[in-house]
Amino acid sequence: MLVQRKPDLTYADVTPKRLYMGRRNFLLGLLATSGAVAGWRKLPEWLAGRGTGSVPVPLEGVVKWPGSTSEPETPIEKTTHWNNFYEFGTDKTDPAVNARNFQVSPWSISVEGEVAKPRTFTMEEILKLAPLEERIYRHRCVEAWSIVVPWIGFPLNVLAKLVEPTSKARFVAFQSFYDSRQMLSSGQAGIEFPYVEGLRLDEALHPLALLCVGMYGETLPNQDGAPVRMVIPWKYGFKSIKSIVKIRFVKYQPQTSWNLENPREYGFYSNVNPHVDHPRWSQATERRIGPGLGLFNRRIPTLMFNGYGDQVASMYAGMDLRKYF
Amino acid sequence: MRAWTCASISEGAAPLNSFLTSKWTKAALFLLCLVPLGDLVWRGLHDEMGADPVTFITHRTGEWTLRFLVLTLAISPLRKIPRLSLLIRFRRMLGLFAFFYVCLHFTTWIWLDHSFAWAEMWKDIHKRPYITVGFTGFVLLIPLALTATRGWIRRLGGRRWQMLHRAIYAAAIAGVVHYYWLVKSDVRRPLAYAFLVTILLAWRLGHGIERLRKRISAGPVPGKKGSATA
Repeated sequence: MLVQRKPDLTYADVTPKRLYMGRRNFLLGLLATSGAVAGWRKLPEWLAGRGTGSVPVPLEGVVKWPGSTSEPETPIEKTTHWNNFYEFGTDKTDPAVNARNFQVSPWSISVEGEVAKPRTFTMEEILKLAPLEERIYRHRCVEAWSIVVPWIGFPLNVLAKLVEPTSKARFVAFQSFYDSRQMLSSGQAGIEFPYVEGLRLDEALHPLALLCVGMYGETLPNQDGAPVRMVIPWKYGFKSIKSIVKIRFVKYQPQTSWNLENPREYGFYSNVNPHVDHPRWSQATERRIGPGLGLFNRRIPTLMFNGYGDQVASMYAGMDLRKYF
Repeated sequence: MRAWTCASISEGAAPLNSFLTSKWTKAALFLLCLVPLGDLVWRGLHDEMGADPVTFITHRTGEWTLRFLVLTLAISPLRKIPRLSLLIRFRRMLGLFAFFYVCLHFTTWIWLDHSFAWAEMWKDIHKRPYITVGFTGFVLLIPLALTATRGWIRRLGGRRWQMLHRAIYAAAIAGVVHYYWLVKSDVRRPLAYAFLVTILLAWRLGHGIERLRKRISAGPVPGKKGSATA
Protein backbone atom coordinates (compact mmCIF):
# COMPACT_ATOMS: atom_id res chain seq x y z
CA MET A 1 0.00 0.00 0.00
CA LEU A 2 1.25 3.41 -0.83
CA VAL A 3 1.29 5.73 2.14
CA GLN A 4 0.70 9.34 1.22
CA ARG A 5 2.80 11.58 3.41
CA LYS A 6 2.40 15.27 3.73
CA PRO A 7 5.74 17.06 3.55
CA ASP A 8 6.97 17.97 7.05
CA LEU A 9 8.09 21.41 6.10
CA THR A 10 6.61 24.00 3.82
CA TYR A 11 7.98 27.25 2.49
CA ALA A 12 6.21 29.01 5.34
CA ASP A 13 8.56 27.26 7.75
CA VAL A 14 11.72 28.51 6.10
CA THR A 15 13.64 30.75 8.42
CA PRO A 16 13.87 34.21 6.91
CA LYS A 17 17.39 35.02 5.80
CA ARG A 18 17.52 37.99 8.17
CA LEU A 19 16.89 35.77 11.19
CA TYR A 20 19.14 33.01 9.91
CA MET A 21 21.99 35.45 9.57
CA GLY A 22 20.98 37.05 12.87
CA ARG A 23 21.55 33.92 14.94
CA ARG A 24 25.27 34.50 14.90
CA ASN A 25 24.75 37.98 16.33
CA PHE A 26 22.31 36.53 18.83
CA LEU A 27 24.86 33.97 19.97
CA LEU A 28 27.54 36.64 20.16
CA GLY A 29 25.19 38.80 22.20
CA LEU A 30 24.46 35.88 24.52
CA LEU A 31 28.17 35.22 24.90
CA ALA A 32 28.91 38.88 25.59
CA THR A 33 26.13 39.04 28.18
CA SER A 34 27.26 35.94 30.04
CA GLY A 35 30.82 37.20 29.86
CA ALA A 36 29.76 40.50 31.38
CA VAL A 37 27.77 38.71 34.09
CA ALA A 38 30.69 36.41 34.91
CA GLY A 39 33.04 39.41 34.99
CA TRP A 40 30.71 41.26 37.32
CA ARG A 41 30.73 38.29 39.70
CA LYS A 42 34.52 38.10 39.78
CA LEU A 43 34.92 41.88 40.10
CA PRO A 44 35.38 42.04 43.90
CA GLU A 45 38.04 39.32 43.82
CA TRP A 46 39.69 40.87 40.81
CA LEU A 47 39.77 44.32 42.44
CA ALA A 48 41.26 42.81 45.58
CA GLY A 49 44.19 41.54 43.53
CA ARG A 50 46.24 38.44 44.14
CA GLY A 51 46.83 39.23 47.75
CA THR A 52 50.12 39.88 49.48
CA GLY A 53 49.26 38.25 52.80
CA SER A 54 50.07 34.89 54.30
CA VAL A 55 48.74 31.69 52.76
CA PRO A 56 48.14 28.32 54.48
CA VAL A 57 50.92 25.72 54.43
CA PRO A 58 50.65 22.00 55.34
CA LEU A 59 51.25 21.06 58.97
CA GLU A 60 53.47 18.03 59.63
CA GLY A 61 53.18 15.36 62.29
CA VAL A 62 49.52 15.90 63.17
CA VAL A 63 47.97 13.06 65.19
CA LYS A 64 44.29 12.20 65.10
CA TRP A 65 42.46 12.88 68.34
CA PRO A 66 40.20 9.93 69.29
CA GLY A 67 37.28 12.09 70.44
CA SER A 68 36.45 13.51 66.99
CA THR A 69 32.87 13.50 65.77
CA SER A 70 32.11 11.16 62.86
CA GLU A 71 29.59 13.62 61.34
CA PRO A 72 30.34 14.65 57.74
CA GLU A 73 32.84 17.50 57.57
CA THR A 74 31.93 20.84 56.10
CA PRO A 75 33.98 21.21 52.88
CA ILE A 76 36.93 23.60 53.23
CA GLU A 77 35.61 25.93 50.49
CA LYS A 78 32.47 26.51 52.55
CA THR A 79 34.26 26.93 55.88
CA THR A 80 36.67 29.45 54.34
CA HIS A 81 33.94 31.46 52.58
CA TRP A 82 31.43 31.72 55.40
CA ASN A 83 33.16 33.71 58.13
CA ASN A 84 32.21 36.08 60.87
CA PHE A 85 35.43 38.07 61.25
CA TYR A 86 34.04 41.58 61.62
CA GLU A 87 37.47 43.23 61.39
CA PHE A 88 37.38 42.18 57.72
CA GLY A 89 33.75 43.06 56.93
CA THR A 90 30.34 42.02 58.19
CA ASP A 91 29.12 39.94 55.23
CA LYS A 92 30.08 36.31 55.71
CA THR A 93 31.79 36.30 52.32
CA ASP A 94 33.80 39.50 53.06
CA PRO A 95 36.70 38.09 55.13
CA ALA A 96 37.77 35.65 52.38
CA VAL A 97 38.38 38.67 50.13
CA ASN A 98 39.38 41.35 52.62
CA ALA A 99 41.84 39.24 54.64
CA ARG A 100 43.98 38.42 51.60
CA ASN A 101 46.64 40.94 52.49
CA PHE A 102 46.65 40.10 56.20
CA GLN A 103 50.25 39.70 57.46
CA VAL A 104 50.47 37.01 60.12
CA SER A 105 54.23 36.57 60.21
CA PRO A 106 56.09 37.33 62.41
CA TRP A 107 53.57 36.71 65.20
CA SER A 108 53.69 36.33 68.94
CA ILE A 109 51.32 36.05 71.88
CA SER A 110 51.98 37.85 75.12
CA VAL A 111 50.82 35.77 78.10
CA GLU A 112 50.62 37.88 81.23
CA GLY A 113 48.63 38.87 84.31
CA GLU A 114 48.25 36.70 87.41
CA VAL A 115 50.97 34.24 86.43
CA ALA A 116 54.29 33.27 87.99
CA LYS A 117 56.12 33.27 84.66
CA PRO A 118 54.75 35.82 82.21
CA ARG A 119 56.15 35.22 78.78
CA THR A 120 55.89 36.04 75.11
CA PHE A 121 55.54 33.06 72.81
CA THR A 122 56.55 33.37 69.19
CA MET A 123 54.45 31.47 66.66
CA GLU A 124 57.36 29.11 66.04
CA GLU A 125 57.50 28.32 69.77
CA ILE A 126 53.74 27.79 69.98
CA LEU A 127 53.83 25.22 67.18
CA LYS A 128 56.37 23.18 69.20
CA LEU A 129 54.73 23.34 72.64
CA ALA A 130 52.81 20.09 72.24
CA PRO A 131 52.01 17.42 69.67
CA LEU A 132 49.48 18.83 67.21
CA GLU A 133 46.14 17.02 67.22
CA GLU A 134 43.43 17.01 64.60
CA ARG A 135 40.12 17.41 66.40
CA ILE A 136 36.87 17.32 64.44
CA TYR A 137 34.44 19.50 66.40
CA ARG A 138 30.92 20.75 65.79
CA HIS A 139 30.98 24.56 65.62
CA ARG A 140 27.66 26.31 66.36
CA CYS A 141 27.22 29.99 65.51
CA VAL A 142 24.89 32.18 67.57
CA GLU A 143 23.13 32.91 64.25
CA ALA A 144 21.75 29.33 64.23
CA TRP A 145 23.99 27.73 61.62
CA SER A 146 26.72 25.19 62.25
CA ILE A 147 29.74 23.58 60.61
CA VAL A 148 31.90 20.53 61.31
CA VAL A 149 35.60 21.38 61.14
CA PRO A 150 38.83 19.38 61.51
CA TRP A 151 40.76 21.86 63.63
CA ILE A 152 44.45 21.40 64.47
CA GLY A 153 45.96 22.43 67.78
CA PHE A 154 46.39 21.42 71.41
CA PRO A 155 44.59 22.26 74.66
CA LEU A 156 45.18 25.77 75.97
CA ASN A 157 46.02 24.22 79.36
CA VAL A 158 49.41 23.14 77.91
CA LEU A 159 50.36 26.78 77.49
CA ALA A 160 48.79 27.75 80.82
CA LYS A 161 50.98 25.26 82.72
CA LEU A 162 54.11 26.89 81.33
CA VAL A 163 53.24 30.33 82.71
CA GLU A 164 51.94 28.98 86.06
CA PRO A 165 48.77 30.92 86.90
CA THR A 166 48.74 32.08 90.53
CA SER A 167 45.89 31.49 92.98
CA LYS A 168 44.57 34.96 92.15
CA ALA A 169 43.82 33.99 88.55
CA ARG A 170 40.10 33.21 88.19
CA PHE A 171 39.41 34.24 84.59
CA VAL A 172 41.30 34.43 81.31
CA ALA A 173 41.01 37.44 78.99
CA PHE A 174 41.88 37.17 75.29
CA GLN A 175 42.61 39.93 72.80
CA SER A 176 42.69 39.82 68.99
CA PHE A 177 45.14 41.56 66.75
CA TYR A 178 43.89 44.90 65.48
CA ASP A 179 45.29 47.22 62.84
CA SER A 180 42.84 49.55 61.12
CA ARG A 181 45.22 49.86 58.12
CA GLN A 182 45.06 46.11 57.47
CA MET A 183 41.40 45.92 58.49
CA LEU A 184 39.85 48.65 56.40
CA SER A 185 36.24 47.53 56.87
CA SER A 186 36.48 47.46 60.65
CA GLY A 187 35.11 50.99 61.07
CA GLN A 188 31.66 49.93 59.91
CA ALA A 189 31.37 46.74 61.96
CA GLY A 190 29.32 48.27 64.76
CA ILE A 191 31.47 46.68 67.46
CA GLU A 192 34.60 48.01 69.14
CA PHE A 193 38.07 46.73 68.32
CA PRO A 194 40.37 45.16 69.31
CA TYR A 195 38.03 42.22 69.75
CA VAL A 196 38.15 40.83 73.28
CA GLU A 197 36.83 37.61 74.77
CA GLY A 198 37.01 35.81 78.08
CA LEU A 199 36.56 32.50 79.85
CA ARG A 200 36.36 31.37 83.44
CA LEU A 201 39.68 29.73 84.44
CA ASP A 202 38.18 26.24 84.64
CA GLU A 203 36.66 26.68 81.16
CA ALA A 204 39.96 27.87 79.74
CA LEU A 205 41.81 24.90 81.26
CA HIS A 206 39.19 22.37 80.12
CA PRO A 207 40.75 19.71 77.84
CA LEU A 208 38.26 20.55 75.05
CA ALA A 209 39.29 24.24 74.94
CA LEU A 210 41.64 24.20 71.97
CA LEU A 211 44.45 26.58 71.11
CA CYS A 212 44.08 26.20 67.37
CA VAL A 213 46.82 26.74 64.76
CA GLY A 214 45.33 25.05 61.72
CA MET A 215 42.49 23.27 59.97
CA TYR A 216 42.04 20.74 57.18
CA GLY A 217 45.69 19.67 57.49
CA GLU A 218 47.13 23.16 57.00
CA THR A 219 47.87 26.32 58.95
CA LEU A 220 44.85 28.59 59.45
CA PRO A 221 43.68 30.64 56.46
CA ASN A 222 43.68 34.38 57.24
CA GLN A 223 39.88 34.66 57.28
CA ASP A 224 39.59 31.86 59.83
CA GLY A 225 41.73 33.57 62.44
CA ALA A 226 45.33 33.01 61.38
CA PRO A 227 47.77 32.25 62.78
CA VAL A 228 46.37 31.21 66.16
CA ARG A 229 42.86 31.22 67.65
CA MET A 230 40.73 29.57 70.28
CA VAL A 231 38.09 26.91 69.56
CA ILE A 232 35.60 26.32 72.36
CA PRO A 233 33.17 23.79 70.91
CA TRP A 234 30.45 23.95 73.57
CA LYS A 235 30.03 27.74 73.25
CA TYR A 236 28.67 29.90 70.44
CA GLY A 237 31.23 30.65 67.74
CA PHE A 238 31.95 34.24 68.72
CA LYS A 239 33.56 32.99 71.96
CA SER A 240 36.24 31.28 69.83
CA ILE A 241 38.38 34.40 69.41
CA LYS A 242 40.58 34.72 66.31
CA SER A 243 44.11 35.97 65.64
CA ILE A 244 45.13 36.16 69.31
CA VAL A 245 47.92 38.51 70.41
CA LYS A 246 47.33 38.62 74.15
CA ILE A 247 46.20 36.18 76.83
CA ARG A 248 45.83 37.63 80.31
CA PHE A 249 45.04 35.71 83.50
CA VAL A 250 42.90 37.98 85.67
CA LYS A 251 41.06 38.21 88.99
CA TYR A 252 37.71 39.49 87.71
CA GLN A 253 35.38 38.59 84.87
CA PRO A 254 36.77 40.35 81.79
CA GLN A 255 34.77 42.35 79.28
CA THR A 256 33.80 40.66 76.02
CA SER A 257 33.13 42.37 72.68
CA TRP A 258 29.60 41.18 71.88
CA ASN A 259 28.50 41.57 75.47
CA LEU A 260 29.70 45.18 75.36
CA GLU A 261 27.79 45.74 72.12
CA ASN A 262 24.53 44.25 73.36
CA PRO A 263 24.49 42.81 76.90
CA ARG A 264 20.83 41.74 76.60
CA GLU A 265 21.58 39.50 73.62
CA TYR A 266 25.10 38.16 74.24
CA GLY A 267 26.08 36.90 77.68
CA PHE A 268 29.54 36.23 79.07
CA TYR A 269 29.00 32.46 79.11
CA SER A 270 27.21 32.02 75.76
CA ASN A 271 27.07 28.25 76.11
CA VAL A 272 25.17 26.60 73.28
CA ASN A 273 21.71 26.10 74.76
CA PRO A 274 18.61 25.17 72.74
CA HIS A 275 16.37 26.12 75.67
CA VAL A 276 17.50 29.73 75.96
CA ASP A 277 16.62 31.68 72.82
CA HIS A 278 18.42 34.69 71.51
CA PRO A 279 16.01 37.58 72.21
CA ARG A 280 15.38 37.88 68.48
CA TRP A 281 15.52 34.30 67.22
CA SER A 282 15.16 30.70 68.31
CA GLN A 283 18.20 28.62 69.28
CA ALA A 284 16.25 25.33 69.25
CA THR A 285 17.43 24.31 65.78
CA GLU A 286 20.33 25.04 63.45
CA ARG A 287 21.10 24.77 59.74
CA ARG A 288 24.06 22.46 59.29
CA ILE A 289 26.37 23.54 56.50
CA GLY A 290 27.63 20.20 55.28
CA PRO A 291 28.77 18.64 52.06
CA GLY A 292 26.29 18.80 49.19
CA LEU A 293 24.18 21.55 47.70
CA GLY A 294 22.45 22.42 50.95
CA LEU A 295 19.37 23.85 49.30
CA PHE A 296 17.02 21.37 50.92
CA ASN A 297 19.00 20.68 54.08
CA ARG A 298 16.63 20.24 56.95
CA ARG A 299 17.17 22.05 60.20
CA ILE A 300 18.60 19.80 62.89
CA PRO A 301 17.91 20.11 66.61
CA THR A 302 20.57 22.02 68.53
CA LEU A 303 22.10 19.97 71.35
CA MET A 304 22.73 21.22 74.89
CA PHE A 305 26.36 22.42 75.12
CA ASN A 306 26.49 21.60 71.40
CA GLY A 307 26.56 17.90 72.29
CA TYR A 308 29.60 18.21 74.63
CA GLY A 309 27.47 18.11 77.81
CA ASP A 310 29.06 14.87 79.07
CA GLN A 311 32.41 16.61 79.28
CA VAL A 312 31.46 20.17 80.28
CA ALA A 313 28.05 20.20 82.04
CA SER A 314 29.62 19.60 85.47
CA MET A 315 31.34 23.01 85.30
CA TYR A 316 27.89 24.66 85.38
CA ALA A 317 26.24 22.44 88.01
CA GLY A 318 23.80 24.48 90.10
CA MET A 319 24.01 27.52 87.84
CA ASP A 320 20.86 29.09 86.42
CA LEU A 321 21.77 29.01 82.73
CA ARG A 322 18.88 31.32 81.91
CA LYS A 323 20.45 33.98 84.07
CA TYR A 324 24.03 33.19 83.10
CA PHE A 325 23.32 32.83 79.38
CA MET B 1 16.46 82.13 20.90
CA ARG B 2 13.63 81.42 23.23
CA ALA B 3 11.50 80.03 20.46
CA TRP B 4 14.34 77.77 19.37
CA THR B 5 14.79 76.41 22.87
CA CYS B 6 11.11 75.63 23.18
CA ALA B 7 11.06 73.92 19.85
CA SER B 8 13.99 71.72 20.75
CA ILE B 9 12.33 70.71 24.00
CA SER B 10 9.09 69.72 22.34
CA GLU B 11 11.02 67.91 19.65
CA GLY B 12 13.05 66.13 22.32
CA ALA B 13 9.89 65.10 24.15
CA ALA B 14 8.55 63.11 21.27
CA PRO B 15 11.14 60.32 21.24
CA LEU B 16 11.06 60.16 25.06
CA ASN B 17 7.29 59.84 25.02
CA SER B 18 7.32 57.20 22.37
CA PHE B 19 10.03 55.39 24.35
CA LEU B 20 7.96 55.52 27.53
CA THR B 21 4.75 54.44 25.79
CA SER B 22 6.29 51.71 23.65
CA LYS B 23 5.14 48.23 24.53
CA TRP B 24 8.73 47.09 23.96
CA THR B 25 9.94 49.31 26.78
CA LYS B 26 7.45 47.70 29.09
CA ALA B 27 8.41 44.22 27.89
CA ALA B 28 12.11 45.01 28.36
CA LEU B 29 11.47 46.32 31.86
CA PHE B 30 9.50 43.19 32.64
CA LEU B 31 12.45 41.02 31.63
CA LEU B 32 14.84 43.29 33.53
CA CYS B 33 12.76 42.79 36.68
CA LEU B 34 13.22 39.05 36.28
CA VAL B 35 17.02 39.31 36.22
CA PRO B 36 17.37 38.91 40.02
CA LEU B 37 15.36 35.69 39.81
CA GLY B 38 17.40 34.53 36.82
CA ASP B 39 20.58 35.25 38.78
CA LEU B 40 19.33 33.11 41.68
CA VAL B 41 18.41 30.23 39.36
CA TRP B 42 21.77 30.48 37.58
CA ARG B 43 23.66 30.45 40.87
CA GLY B 44 21.52 27.59 42.12
CA LEU B 45 22.37 25.47 39.11
CA HIS B 46 26.08 26.29 39.40
CA ASP B 47 26.32 25.92 43.19
CA GLU B 48 27.27 29.58 43.55
CA MET B 49 25.10 30.57 46.46
CA GLY B 50 27.79 30.36 49.09
CA ALA B 51 28.00 28.02 52.02
CA ASP B 52 24.41 28.53 53.12
CA PRO B 53 22.14 28.77 50.05
CA VAL B 54 18.96 29.15 52.10
CA THR B 55 20.28 32.27 53.81
CA PHE B 56 21.54 33.53 50.48
CA ILE B 57 18.14 33.17 48.78
CA THR B 58 16.35 34.62 51.80
CA HIS B 59 18.57 37.70 51.87
CA ARG B 60 18.50 38.24 48.11
CA THR B 61 14.71 37.98 47.75
CA GLY B 62 14.20 40.15 50.82
CA GLU B 63 16.51 42.86 49.56
CA TRP B 64 14.91 42.84 46.09
CA THR B 65 11.49 43.22 47.71
CA LEU B 66 12.75 46.37 49.43
CA ARG B 67 14.32 47.64 46.21
CA PHE B 68 11.09 47.19 44.27
CA LEU B 69 9.09 48.86 47.03
CA VAL B 70 11.45 51.84 46.87
CA LEU B 71 11.22 51.96 43.06
CA THR B 72 7.42 51.79 43.22
CA LEU B 73 7.32 54.60 45.77
CA ALA B 74 9.73 56.66 43.66
CA ILE B 75 7.38 56.78 40.66
CA SER B 76 5.02 59.41 42.10
CA PRO B 77 7.75 61.98 42.86
CA LEU B 78 9.56 61.27 39.57
CA ARG B 79 6.48 61.77 37.44
CA LYS B 80 6.18 65.35 38.68
CA ILE B 81 9.34 66.04 36.70
CA PRO B 82 8.30 67.51 33.34
CA ARG B 83 8.18 64.90 30.58
CA LEU B 84 8.44 62.00 32.97
CA SER B 85 4.73 61.80 33.81
CA LEU B 86 4.40 58.69 31.66
CA LEU B 87 6.49 56.74 34.17
CA ILE B 88 3.17 55.97 35.83
CA ARG B 89 2.78 53.25 33.20
CA PHE B 90 5.38 51.16 35.04
CA ARG B 91 4.21 51.63 38.63
CA ARG B 92 1.85 48.69 38.78
CA MET B 93 4.45 46.35 37.31
CA LEU B 94 7.10 47.46 39.81
CA GLY B 95 4.65 47.08 42.69
CA LEU B 96 3.67 43.61 41.53
CA PHE B 97 7.32 42.64 41.28
CA ALA B 98 7.79 43.76 44.90
CA PHE B 99 4.96 41.37 45.72
CA PHE B 100 6.49 38.66 43.54
CA TYR B 101 9.82 38.84 45.37
CA VAL B 102 8.21 38.98 48.81
CA CYS B 103 6.28 35.82 47.86
CA LEU B 104 9.59 34.13 46.98
CA HIS B 105 11.06 35.43 50.25
CA PHE B 106 8.13 34.06 52.24
CA THR B 107 8.13 30.73 50.38
CA THR B 108 11.86 30.35 51.04
CA TRP B 109 11.22 30.86 54.72
CA ILE B 110 8.37 28.36 55.01
CA TRP B 111 9.73 25.77 52.63
CA LEU B 112 13.54 25.81 52.44
CA ASP B 113 14.24 27.22 55.89
CA HIS B 114 11.53 25.61 58.02
CA SER B 115 10.31 22.70 55.84
CA PHE B 116 6.66 23.54 56.56
CA ALA B 117 6.97 23.28 60.34
CA TRP B 118 3.79 25.34 60.69
CA ALA B 119 3.56 25.30 64.48
CA GLU B 120 7.16 26.51 64.84
CA MET B 121 6.67 29.25 62.29
CA TRP B 122 3.38 30.43 63.80
CA LYS B 123 5.16 30.65 67.16
CA ASP B 124 7.96 32.67 65.53
CA ILE B 125 5.46 35.09 63.99
CA HIS B 126 4.04 35.73 67.46
CA LYS B 127 7.26 35.71 69.41
CA ARG B 128 9.91 37.35 67.23
CA PRO B 129 9.29 41.04 66.59
CA TYR B 130 11.31 41.09 63.37
CA ILE B 131 9.26 38.21 61.98
CA THR B 132 5.99 39.76 63.22
CA VAL B 133 6.72 43.03 61.45
CA GLY B 134 7.98 41.32 58.29
CA PHE B 135 4.91 39.11 58.14
CA THR B 136 2.69 42.17 58.66
CA GLY B 137 4.33 43.90 55.72
CA PHE B 138 3.75 40.82 53.56
CA VAL B 139 0.08 40.56 54.56
CA LEU B 140 -0.43 44.27 53.84
CA LEU B 141 0.77 43.77 50.29
CA ILE B 142 -1.69 40.94 49.50
CA PRO B 143 -4.83 43.09 49.00
CA LEU B 144 -2.80 45.56 46.96
CA ALA B 145 -1.63 42.84 44.60
CA LEU B 146 -5.15 41.43 44.33
CA THR B 147 -6.71 44.79 43.47
CA ALA B 148 -4.03 45.90 41.01
CA THR B 149 -6.41 45.80 38.04
CA ARG B 150 -8.58 48.35 36.24
CA GLY B 151 -11.63 46.33 37.22
CA TRP B 152 -10.87 46.74 40.90
CA ILE B 153 -10.22 50.46 40.54
CA ARG B 154 -13.69 50.74 39.01
CA ARG B 155 -15.33 48.52 41.61
CA LEU B 156 -13.78 50.32 44.57
CA GLY B 157 -13.88 53.79 43.10
CA GLY B 158 -10.68 55.72 42.48
CA ARG B 159 -10.64 57.39 45.88
CA ARG B 160 -11.17 54.27 47.94
CA TRP B 161 -8.73 52.33 45.78
CA GLN B 162 -6.12 55.00 46.37
CA MET B 163 -6.75 54.92 50.12
CA LEU B 164 -6.31 51.15 50.14
CA HIS B 165 -3.10 51.34 48.15
CA ARG B 166 -1.57 53.74 50.64
CA ALA B 167 -0.97 50.55 52.66
CA ILE B 168 2.26 50.33 50.66
CA TYR B 169 3.66 53.08 52.93
CA ALA B 170 3.11 50.87 55.97
CA ALA B 171 4.47 47.83 54.11
CA ALA B 172 7.66 49.68 53.15
CA ILE B 173 8.18 50.87 56.74
CA ALA B 174 7.53 47.32 57.99
CA GLY B 175 10.09 45.98 55.50
CA VAL B 176 12.77 48.39 56.66
CA VAL B 177 12.10 47.73 60.35
CA HIS B 178 12.17 43.96 59.65
CA TYR B 179 15.63 44.38 58.11
CA TYR B 180 16.90 46.70 60.83
CA TRP B 181 15.81 44.31 63.60
CA LEU B 182 17.46 41.24 62.17
CA VAL B 183 21.02 42.48 61.61
CA LYS B 184 23.50 41.99 64.44
CA SER B 185 25.52 45.17 64.54
CA ASP B 186 26.23 46.55 61.07
CA VAL B 187 23.11 48.61 60.34
CA ARG B 188 24.40 50.48 57.26
CA ARG B 189 22.19 48.73 54.72
CA PRO B 190 18.96 48.84 56.70
CA LEU B 191 19.66 52.51 57.36
CA ALA B 192 20.17 53.16 53.64
CA TYR B 193 16.71 51.75 52.92
CA ALA B 194 15.27 53.67 55.88
CA PHE B 195 16.75 56.83 54.38
CA LEU B 196 15.22 56.21 50.94
CA VAL B 197 11.80 55.30 52.31
CA THR B 198 11.86 58.33 54.64
CA ILE B 199 12.65 60.67 51.74
CA LEU B 200 9.91 59.18 49.58
CA LEU B 201 7.30 59.32 52.34
CA ALA B 202 8.38 62.82 53.44
CA TRP B 203 7.91 64.01 49.87
CA ARG B 204 4.32 62.72 50.01
CA LEU B 205 3.73 64.45 53.32
CA GLY B 206 5.10 67.72 51.94
CA HIS B 207 3.05 67.32 48.81
CA GLY B 208 -0.11 66.65 50.83
CA ILE B 209 0.45 69.70 53.05
CA GLU B 210 1.04 71.83 49.97
CA ARG B 211 -2.25 70.71 48.40
CA LEU B 212 -4.12 71.29 51.67
CA ARG B 213 -2.68 74.81 51.96
CA LYS B 214 -3.69 75.61 48.41
CA ARG B 215 -7.20 74.41 49.09
CA ILE B 216 -7.43 76.54 52.24
CA SER B 217 -6.02 79.65 50.61
CA ALA B 218 -8.46 79.18 47.73
CA GLY B 219 -11.18 79.85 50.30
CA PRO B 220 -14.43 78.04 50.98
CA VAL B 221 -15.81 76.15 48.06
CA PRO B 222 -18.87 78.02 46.82
CA GLY B 223 -22.12 76.22 47.34
CA LYS B 224 -20.66 73.80 49.86
CA LYS B 225 -22.93 73.77 52.87
CA GLY B 226 -21.40 74.56 56.22
CA SER B 227 -17.94 75.43 55.03
CA ALA B 228 -18.59 79.18 55.26
CA THR B 229 -20.44 79.19 58.57
CA ALA B 230 -18.55 76.53 60.51
